[in-house]
Amino acid sequence: MKRIITATVQDRSGVLNRITGLFQKRQFNIDSISVGQTETEGLSRMTFVVEVEDSQKLEQLMKQLNKQIDVLKVSDITDKAIVARELALIKVVSNGQVRSEIQGMIEPFRASVIDVSKESLTVQVTGKTDKIEALIDLLRPYGIKELARTGLTAFLRGHQPQVAEFNSYTQVK
Amino acid sequence: MKVEAKPEVQSGPVQKTGADLLVESLIKQEVDTIFGYPGGAVLPIYDALYKARESFDHVLARHEQGAIHAAEGYARVSGKPGVVIATSGPGATNLITGITDAMMDSLPLVIFTGQVARTVIGTDAFQEADVIGITTPITKHNYQVQNIEDLPRIVKEAFHIATTGRKGPVVVDIPKDISASPYNAVDTEADFHLPGYQPTTKPNPLQVKKLAEALKKAKKPVLLAGAGVLHGKATENLKQFAERHKLPVTTTLLGLGSFPGDHPQALGMAGMHGTYAANMALYECDLLINIGSRFDDRLTGNLKHFAPKAHVAHIDIDPAEIGKNVETHIPIVADSKEALNQLLVQATESPTIEEWQQKLEFYKAEYPLWYNRPEKAMTAQWLIETIYKESNGEAIVTTDVGQHQMWAAQYYTFAKPDRWVTSGGLGTMGFGFPAAIGAQIAKPNDIVIAIVGDGGFQMTLQELSLLQEKKIPVKVIIVNNEALGMVRQWQEKFYDERYSQSILNIQPDFVKLAESYEIKGLKIESQEELQQLLPELLASDEPVLLDCRVLQEENVYPMIAPGKGLHEMIGVKR
Repeated sequence: MKRIITATVQDRSGVLNRITGLFQKRQFNIDSISVGQTETEGLSRMTFVVEVEDSQKLEQLMKQLNKQIDVLKVSDITDKAIVARELALIKVVSNGQVRSEIQGMIEPFRASVIDVSKESLTVQVTGKTDKIEALIDLLRPYGIKELARTGLTAFLRGHQPQVAEFNSYTQVK
Repeated sequence: MKVEAKPEVQSGPVQKTGADLLVESLIKQEVDTIFGYPGGAVLPIYDALYKARESFDHVLARHEQGAIHAAEGYARVSGKPGVVIATSGPGATNLITGITDAMMDSLPLVIFTGQVARTVIGTDAFQEADVIGITTPITKHNYQVQNIEDLPRIVKEAFHIATTGRKGPVVVDIPKDISASPYNAVDTEADFHLPGYQPTTKPNPLQVKKLAEALKKAKKPVLLAGAGVLHGKATENLKQFAERHKLPVTTTLLGLGSFPGDHPQALGMAGMHGTYAANMALYECDLLINIGSRFDDRLTGNLKHFAPKAHVAHIDIDPAEIGKNVETHIPIVADSKEALNQLLVQATESPTIEEWQQKLEFYKAEYPLWYNRPEKAMTAQWLIETIYKESNGEAIVTTDVGQHQMWAAQYYTFAKPDRWVTSGGLGTMGFGFPAAIGAQIAKPNDIVIAIVGDGGFQMTLQELSLLQEKKIPVKVIIVNNEALGMVRQWQEKFYDERYSQSILNIQPDFVKLAESYEIKGLKIESQEELQQLLPELLASDEPVLLDCRVLQEENVYPMIAPGKGLHEMIGVKR
């Protein structure tokens, strides 16, 4: 099962290496990882999307992460009300004829064209993982020359509804 | 030509360097013994140590691996952190085995490695190695000092991390320019700040209550004591708890001595080469209380058959160990002593377990440890049993890994705590002899015996130099079967007797070798010889090396074959 896990860590050199090394040593497979500064100076936030076999493995992963001296807080936010976004840059083969077709196609995704050349155009899209994947699937027949994704970043929504009020975040299967 | 150490000449006020700052920090941590080996990148540190030589006993091993295993032996026996210094590059990489060993067995070490100057880090400079990258997976934590001002804080943090919670090794990598540079106004009192490190030591009272309830109802309870009981200095508390409820107790390899091996409630060691009674107790129990063991696979055998009917309670200071290998019903994150004290308060009602006790008594009586007893020739088991008798069980015993280690675990009863120093988790050949040196330094008045195999001893025997130089009266007993015994045993059992590279046909003359280090060496070939010599040798305050020739074809029994369960022991006497 895929899980979204966030970790607040001390912003020290080698921390990312320490964390990814832990994943490697304990045989966890990282789907994506994103890191950046937080509102507090000296602290960074990491968001992992990880494939884990079962809840026992998940618990072990959380505990191992928590054990790291530079890690302040670890949360599995998969089943919470969260805001989750990923950015993708997609360079698509295009010429004058299909350019407007692509323009029309990406519009519902609120994606934008940020670079155009004679043979290609580059689309920028942000959103949940499934939205990005849907757009990529749509663009694939035109020929994708290059694709870059940032990996998911996420945190909890300001308000956490009671369990009965919402369906858990389903984009992560 | 001999170089005499020069007396220090002071010419005017010399500004202090980062190395002096380090030395001051070590003094503040009450470090008095340093195990190490000098080299280019730590020259400033060794110069500062020279200036402060009154404050430290420096143990110059002859290989960095010897230094760190000695520090492990020191840490295990003294309860204090072992301090190691090695130079950059090869000095640091020679420590890797010892660091991993200390990590696996939760021994507190603080290791200082030299590093090339900051200006050339990352250029593949002379004797450069990425120590932080290499040691990240094998340390509890590590640091590379980037500013001289951070040094006192980092040293404080390193000692704090190494010695609290689940103990372990911490590496501090110090670039040469940091240790060589003078510094101005450093706040040496700077306190540390570790918001991400707050080990839990006190148990959750509700969980303890749950365990007390489970215990009251149990019909077949068993206590499993691991090294955590020793690290937490909780042996008395364990004994009190076990005696109050008359509970049977088994220990892990590293937990030997946490409960008296000669106690009527003791079942002996469990696991691959444990006793039949201990393993059947684990197999049949309905309540398993694990205190400070991490359910290593050499203990559990095939997990499918490990305590299959049991409610499992696991007390451990490291939450990540709970539920890692064995599903746990009552998790208790705590220091072993705190947990046992809570249990002594809360678990007041004893279970009714006479039937269970009788059954285990029957196992103990019917299926004891056994070995062949030739008339004159020595077997390793006999040898160790004799050492136990002659030393009254008082000696500190260190070992390498392999057959001799298992026999020592089986036949040196370990009636007292902290007498046993062995490489459990990593199973390191070459560990036992240097560890004995460290143990003897920590406990100069105790008898320290290094029981080593002929294979493992040859990995670190250069440390014989130290016995003479430091007047360390370690007794080295080589259980010499001219083979890598455990490898040979597995090849016999599981590889159709194809003894690929496990027979050591060429041996040095160990007696002459000892003599070349000006140590008394004796070759012993019969039971009679040993019996004549041993009492005097153990009483002597000189080091001695005994090359004890034992039968080659002896195997360690009973055993659980790989992939098998605890109830499927082979080689049980019936």
